Amino acid sequence: MAQRQVTVGSSVGLHARPASLFAQAAAKAPVPVFIAKPGGDPVDARSILSVIGLDARGGDTVVLSAEGAGAEAVLDDLAAVVAANHDA
Amino acid sequence: MSKTLHGLGVSAGSATGPARRLGTPPTLPGAEPPVADTGAEADRAVAALEQVGEFLRDRAAAASGQAADILAAEAMMACDPALASQVRGLAAAGRPAAWAASEALASYRAMLTAAGGYLAERAADLADIADRAVALLLGQPMPGIPAPGHPFVLVAADLAPADTATLDPATVLAIVTERGGPTSHTAILAKTLGIPAVVSCPAALTVADGTVVAVDGTDGTVVVEPTAGQVEQAARRAAERAARLAAARGPGRTSDGHPVTLLANIGGPADVPAAIAAGAEGIGLLRTEFLFLDRHDEPAGAEQRAVYAEVLAGMGGRKVVVRTLDAGADKPLAFASQQAEPNPALGIRGLRLDGLHPALLDTQLEALALAAKDTGTDAWVMAPMVSTPAEAAAFADRARGHGLPVAGVMIEVPAAALCAGQVFEQVDFVSIGTNDLSQYTFAADRQAGALAPLLDPWQPALLQLIAMTAAAGRTTGKPAGVCGEAASDPLLALVLAGLGITSLSMAPPALAEVRAALADVTLAQCQAAAKAALTAATPAAARAAARAVAEA
Repeated sequence: MAQRQVTVGSSVGLHARPASLFAQAAAKAPVPVFIAKPGGDPVDARSILSVIGLDARGGDTVVLSAEGAGAEAVLDDLAAVVAANHDA
Repeated sequence: MSKTLHGLGVSAGSATGPARRLGTPPTLPGAEPPVADTGAEADRAVAALEQVGEFLRDRAAAASGQAADILAAEAMMACDPALASQVRGLAAAGRPAAWAASEALASYRAMLTAAGGYLAERAADLADIADRAVALLLGQPMPGIPAPGHPFVLVAADLAPADTATLDPATVLAIVTERGGPTSHTAILAKTLGIPAVVSCPAALTVADGTVVAVDGTDGTVVVEPTAGQVEQAARRAAERAARLAAARGPGRTSDGHPVTLLANIGGPADVPAAIAAGAEGIGLLRTEFLFLDRHDEPAGAEQRAVYAEVLAGMGGRKVVVRTLDAGADKPLAFASQQAEPNPALGIRGLRLDGLHPALLDTQLEALALAAKDTGTDAWVMAPMVSTPAEAAAFADRARGHGLPVAGVMIEVPAAALCAGQVFEQVDFVSIGTNDLSQYTFAADRQAGALAPLLDPWQPALLQLIAMTAAAGRTTGKPAGVCGEAASDPLLALVLAGLGITSLSMAPPALAEVRAALADVTLAQCQAAAKAALTAATPAAARAAARAVAEA
């Protein structure tokens, strides 16, 4: 299983627009992707309600995971969405 | 056969068009119907959620800016896969589609509400999704503002902020509500958008959808199925009003030249062009909450400085009064922890928050002082929710310490009005917030619709407190303004001028009407109207007495 640890780049955290953009990107991925707080239960990355429910703030670390063909590339793309500062 | 309904005109102007009722949220019947095919029921529930998502996506596409982002996020929530699987689970267990959707959304709503802050605000989005999905599944009309595809007169029992977030002033010709008073959300919104409105119209809901109505927001009448003659008369009155408003230009003054500065209330830099277009002589109230609410972290000084500078530069040297942050338990901040309070309106809000988080105010004052320096303009600053001369003195010291030479306070607590003379000794100006001053004077919650008559700005007790404040201003030679709803009532504006109020600040669309009203009368007439209103027994008597003097 592929994993990435990423720091949330937007100061609003994974809420509002950053959460929408992330869940939208996850929904387009060819494999299921999960997101969790370190040590927490992974949730479906396509679910904006689950993503918002993580309450990941700007500067928090989150763990992305995926399995299957293309998982590495998918995680690279999604990690970039999490790390980007969408406030700017 | 035409019929005339009567209410309270709260936003001037007139309009004629077909009535459309605000959709009310559906209610689930007490008894759940039996389910024959649980699989089909699950499909129906999920299909309804997807249809809601599609509707919200269309709305997002038609909106712009932050509203579009919020609608797009709400659309994604409606189509959320985790939500869908929970709905399917409930349906599989035998719950009918509408109940399954409602219960699944309620459990997510509870989770967001428990998390508090920004997440709690999103709970309202889920309630909206639930209402829409349940309405679809039960075959009930969609809740919210109707979208018939043509301009219409919006008719409702009352309007809540959630109902009006997507209200488009281009398609809503006028508003008629059964309930609500002069300071209700409906009245404030209508004035802000410049839409004619009649509230407290008991027969409003007897008007059938599609019936043509002629609404007059000045005299508070709604003519149902007007005759051709009545439509013509309404159009003539509208034209006369437009001509009268167009004729009144320049700074606010009475017909004999007594100046009353006319200012605009704004919520951010985006409102500056509207204020200038309406001929505002300055900004009487820049609310700064927009910088703080709905975010996780305190806005940095640099960000605040840039926003304040944008407003100051946009107003090009005209007077700008900035109100420091007015937050509290009712408008919570994610980054300034505060315990829940049983009576938030009487709790730690406005300047009182400074006791818990003093850095907030220092950052704000410093940013404003730097913005004033950047733009080479004077910024006036005032604090909300001040109760005593000592609090006023402490705030003025802080402001001056940061290099802001003109410091004032809001008068919205009766204690501050009663000691207005001592307050004036500490500050350079005051601004009366009539909405909160009413709430505190009459011990009547602004949100409690049933108490609206107590919150009528024509209540003689409220006028007495304004008169005391204005008198103290005259004695000290310092400005005493009004920046609450009272300022935007053209007749009450005359009374306020007569009491000695030196500036009136209001939503920009209300300025023309107030300017025209002042230009029609002398200062002596204003003073006579003020005297008559102060000694009246009821708000209605105060209004009638003032009108009689003003029209004499």
